[in-house]
Amino acid sequence: MTEKKHKNSLSLVHSIKEELKKDKLAMISTIFLVAVFLIVYIYSMFLKQSNYVDVNIMDQYLAPLTNGHLLGTDNGGRDIIMMLMISARNSFNIAFAVTLITLVVGNILGVITGYFGGRFDLIFMRFTDFVMILPSMMIIIVFVTIIPRFNSWSLIGIISIFSWIGTTRLIRARTMTEVNRDYVRASKTSGTSDFKIMFREIWPNLSTLVIAEATLVFAGNIGLETGLSFLGFGLPAGTPSLGTMINEATNPETMTDKPWTWVPATVVILIVVLAIIFIGNALRRVADQRQATR
Amino acid sequence: MWKVIIRRILLMIPQLFILSILVFFFAKLMPGDPFSGLIGPHTDPHEVEALRRAAGLYDPWWEQYLRWLGNAIHGNLGMSYNLKEPVMTVIGHRAINTFWMSLLSVILTYLFAIPMSIVAARNEGKWQDQLWLTYNSITFGIPPYVFYLLIIFIFGYSLNWFPTGGTVSPDAMGIIPVFFSKIYHMILPAFSLAVFGTVGIFTYFRSGILDEQTQDYVRTARAKGVKEKVIFRRHILRNASLPIASNFGFVITGLLGGAIFAETIFGYPGLGQLFITSISGRDYSMITALILLNGFLGLLGALLSDIIMAMVDPRIRIQ
Repeated sequence: MTEKKHKNSLSLVHSIKEELKKDKLAMISTIFLVAVFLIVYIYSMFLKQSNYVDVNIMDQYLAPLTNGHLLGTDNGGRDIIMMLMISARNSFNIAFAVTLITLVVGNILGVITGYFGGRFDLIFMRFTDFVMILPSMMIIIVFVTIIPRFNSWSLIGIISIFSWIGTTRLIRARTMTEVNRDYVRASKTSGTSDFKIMFREIWPNLSTLVIAEATLVFAGNIGLETGLSFLGFGLPAGTPSLGTMINEATNPETMTDKPWTWVPATVVILIVVLAIIFIGNALRRVADQRQATR
Repeated sequence: MWKVIIRRILLMIPQLFILSILVFFFAKLMPGDPFSGLIGPHTDPHEVEALRRAAGLYDPWWEQYLRWLGNAIHGNLGMSYNLKEPVMTVIGHRAINTFWMSLLSVILTYLFAIPMSIVAARNEGKWQDQLWLTYNSITFGIPPYVFYLLIIFIFGYSLNWFPTGGTVSPDAMGIIPVFFSKIYHMILPAFSLAVFGTVGIFTYFRSGILDEQTQDYVRTARAKGVKEKVIFRRHILRNASLPIASNFGFVITGLLGGAIFAETIFGYPGLGQLFITSISGRDYSMITALILLNGFLGLLGALLSDIIMAMVDPRIRIQ
């Protein structure tokens, strides 16, 4: 009986639930974030491309609460709320895709290099040191401008070139501490295959960390994509992003006289990223606790 | 000591070699060549073609690479396509602007981050610690350009407290007014970079202090009856600053790196803004030069960091 309870308290889902119960801010953030994703994805399913590509000059820059536009319209006469939904969806999509690539590559490479160590690991680390020194932002921008037939997929690929390194190094470092633990040594002695030790035994112990890392990587990718789009080197024309909406603010007149064109998108980024950070912090605490209790 | 430095410099040679090859192929990927900058309405295309041939743009790539490398070492990176000036001259002008602004922002960053980390570490687990931890996780997560926009919107355009572009106001005459006008133009970008850029120093310094506090030598000092204040200043702070020192090389070379977002948003004509205008104007020789410069600064920063570490931490010298 007591043994069963003890086991239950160590399960991942259970400890995350416990932490969320304690941390009300993270709880509210989770509910809020789920609601935002549901609204954004369901709303944008009912939109046709013509809704957000067609320009209607007559309705350009309508102030909020005119002609039934709750937050006004942008320079193309499009409703700001509709643009927010479709832009948020596009920005989230890019961030999801890059995060997925980052995590898959980062986890696999991190566990392998951390597990085997040795010469390959040394060379690999020198390589990542070198890539981290490169001016990644500049190189990403150059790729965006010189790649022919640039689209969302190219953007995902370009951002991913640099994004996997941080995760790989984190997972590698944690794997290296796991390798010296008794359970790994025992498995090695009893002849378990390296592959099985790496991904069936070590990796599950890192899973909380991976989830915490995923939230932060996701927040970072939203920042990177919207930042690039803000500068004009992100998503291509015809695929609005929260960054392209904020780009309206680069014109001083629009910035001061028509704040409704760019402030809503800024607020969306702020609160979504804040919510993700609060969840990420709670998850990180869970990861630290689980690391400590073992 | 010298052995460490020399060994480290030797290690940099292959890195520089790889960097130069990467940038060279990057430059080859981009349209245009050093002579694109000469083309104007009155140039004869055949003449340019002859120049290209004379300069060996049709030679095998490794010959071209060696020639390009030779020129780059002598500081000759071609002509700017848009500005019709040697790339290095333009970069030189902009680098001065970037340098002073970055210097101010680095000083401000340390001024904010160090007291912040000391307060947080001294009150581990209390509300002060929670406050600064939350502050730094927020500034780390929120994309900085969002903050910069809000800052310039509030303090630049709405309140009109600070200028919204340029490095010096046109009516400033004489050395002292020009100096103050320059500082005045730098304050907003430098301040924003500092306020939202504390997370790196904060994380290292706070955890450094926390680690050192539990060390044996601190316990020994306490047992000897050394005053708590002295223990903190002489023993803990000194050792906790090592991780910060290990980053100092990057800080020094980063002064010339240029901040893309801050300079673009605050209209500050430094290297970051130069990069964005060059990209928009398809000024490829300038872009190549800026990437080469930043890559080189990164490598140099790593070198300086290692040397500084060897200087301040004797343990590294012995290894």
